[in-house]
Amino acid sequence: MQQTAVTKFMKVDRKDANLAMANIYVAFVALLLGGLAGLLQVLVRSGQFNLPKGIGYYQVLTVHGVLLGLILTTFFIMGFQIAAVSRTAGPLTNTQRKIGWIGFWLMTIGTAAAAVMVLLNEATVLYTFYAPLKAHWIFYLGLTLVVVGSWLLCVPQIMKYAQWRKENKGQTSPLLTFMAVVNCLLWFVATLGVAVEVLFMLLPWSLGLIERVDVLLTRTLFWYFGHPLVYFWLLPAYMAWYVVVPKIIGGKIFSDALARLSFMLFLIFSFPVGIHHQLTEPGIDGFWKFVQVVLTFFVVVPSLMTAFSMFATFEMRGRELGGRGILGWFKKLPWNDCRFLVPFIGMLAFIPGGAGGLVNASYQMNQLVHNTVWVTGHFHLTVATAVVLTFFGVAFWLIPHLTGRTLTPQLNFLGNIVGILWGIGMLIMSAAMHIAGLLGAPRRSEYSEYGGATQAYDWVPYQIAQAVGGTILFIAIIIITYMVIKLAFFAPKGEEEFPVAEVAPGAEKTPAILENFKLWGVLLVALIIFAYTMPLIDIIQNSPAGTKGFNNLW
Amino acid sequence: MHLHKYEKWWLVFGSATLVAFLIILGVGAFHNGTHPNQSKKTLDYERVEEFEPFDNPGVHKVEGKKWDYEVVLIASAFNYNPGAIELPLNAKVKFIATTKDVIHGFQVAGTNINMMLEPGYYSEYTTVVNKAGEYLIVCNEFCGTGHAFMYSSIKVVDANATDSSN
Repeated sequence: MQQTAVTKFMKVDRKDANLAMANIYVAFVALLLGGLAGLLQVLVRSGQFNLPKGIGYYQVLTVHGVLLGLILTTFFIMGFQIAAVSRTAGPLTNTQRKIGWIGFWLMTIGTAAAAVMVLLNEATVLYTFYAPLKAHWIFYLGLTLVVVGSWLLCVPQIMKYAQWRKENKGQTSPLLTFMAVVNCLLWFVATLGVAVEVLFMLLPWSLGLIERVDVLLTRTLFWYFGHPLVYFWLLPAYMAWYVVVPKIIGGKIFSDALARLSFMLFLIFSFPVGIHHQLTEPGIDGFWKFVQVVLTFFVVVPSLMTAFSMFATFEMRGRELGGRGILGWFKKLPWNDCRFLVPFIGMLAFIPGGAGGLVNASYQMNQLVHNTVWVTGHFHLTVATAVVLTFFGVAFWLIPHLTGRTLTPQLNFLGNIVGILWGIGMLIMSAAMHIAGLLGAPRRSEYSEYGGATQAYDWVPYQIAQAVGGTILFIAIIIITYMVIKLAFFAPKGEEEFPVAEVAPGAEKTPAILENFKLWGVLLVALIIFAYTMPLIDIIQNSPAGTKGFNNLW
Repeated sequence: MHLHKYEKWWLVFGSATLVAFLIILGVGAFHNGTHPNQSKKTLDYERVEEFEPFDNPGVHKVEGKKWDYEVVLIASAFNYNPGAIELPLNAKVKFIATTKDVIHGFQVAGTNINMMLEPGYYSEYTTVVNKAGEYLIVCNEFCGTGHAFMYSSIKVVDANATDSSN
């Protein structure tokens, strides 16, 4: 081999590690509590179990959605990205780190405030908080603090990247740092929508400062945020797939340029698509719904690129290890390494997950599945398997790396068990949800016999299957909670690697255009303006009188 | 930027599939007119009964329109008015619905009839009910404690079948 590039920062700086770990602790507390809420839901919906008096099904559902969809993801992503930037672009400066800590505390205080309101049953509005259901103002304020806090955790990542570029003029930036920055930008632009919704509409409305809100406008702003939100979850998983997993299996990054291109494509195409969540709603023109359907299909392309890169990396490495024939290389992969196996199961889940997503976005076809439990089955494959299992796979080495401990063979074995249990549990639960959804079973509904209707009777076996799958998933959550405690506090001291793959030798230099944020930023803004201007003008001009809040229905 | 030969094939094949899907959806929507609910008519959700046709919820046979029946339905927490609907097989039906309070769903389980009902808006969908049987209408958007107990039903009756069984 020629010059082995001297990687300057093999370890995450000690102080940065503390900031990253703080985020990761909150994430795993959220996983345990949110997972418990999920278990209660599937049990109730099986028809075999009642919640203790005083706890409502939808209250538990709000806990589940907020903790897992918003809290677990955001905290884990911030922890992982802070660590990734510190590892590949160098330690944060004291100022940068301080901003990050302020962000962490704002997020934590906001989470606690929102949680108190949910527990008091003052905010049973689910994690989408659709108006005109009106929660207590502290709930909206809490979520605002979570978002503002997450901005402050993004700031040091971007500052560090800018600093690196300045200090290394003309060079290609570290891939992981670049990816973290793209995800931060995506998050800034996405959360603008929900910030406008909450700060100018829901918060003053819940405080009694304004009497009415435009319901359709709040929903459109929410989904302007809600779809890029899923890419905000997905991109950190892709960071691990592109950069970390190749190193774990002993391979190289297939193509640095391709990885950057796919991230930029995600950045621009994840926005002009939010209305595909509103296909069955009144007040939005069919033409503009269809335009966003077309743009939604564009965002599949970078996922196709990613799938190719992944399997190319796997095959190249498998053949290097002596695998022959069409599939011989497949057997050579390190199947007993939980850092590989668990994200790999996640990748597999993304194949049916992505295909189901195309069904959801398919305009008329959406009518068959909209708001059925099929949709719940869909995002339990994408975010709750592809993304979450990749996060688990990252946690297995990231936590000991940050705490100065090691992943022992026993813990590695448990990690594999978690991945396999998750795969089986989710296969059962998600398949049952998909089928029941096609039969018409609605999402977000407690157990009901619907007056003895035959159709509803047919859903019950699938609801029992969901309870079986959900129980297996909860067992996996207990095991990983044990693992996290071990890895953070009790595993043997030592050095656990933060795996960062190098680019395959002979790869071409990455074109500078892929790091030209101005150019991609202009494209992004142009696409948003194109996709949203007409629908928004339409919604505002055509809107009925606003709607008062309802806070007495739960 | 260099793309591997197989990768080019893969991306061309993938993108071509996406384009084919989109053409099918587009022809279905703009040629065959299978748009989901996209009504832009508005009303005052606090005085729903003062707006036609919500002054008279129920099933109505209509003349001189592109459809034979109108189903007029008002949703409110936690019920539908009317509570039961009966239609003849193969009737072309326009569903017209709205809500008096929060957002509700209007879904005929296991069919394409699926709309969001939002305060201040008419939701409309026209279709041919071409399968006999009894269907459950469910609320599929969370609306409060009684959400899962909010339902109605549609019976699609084959008049010939009833006659021949007599």
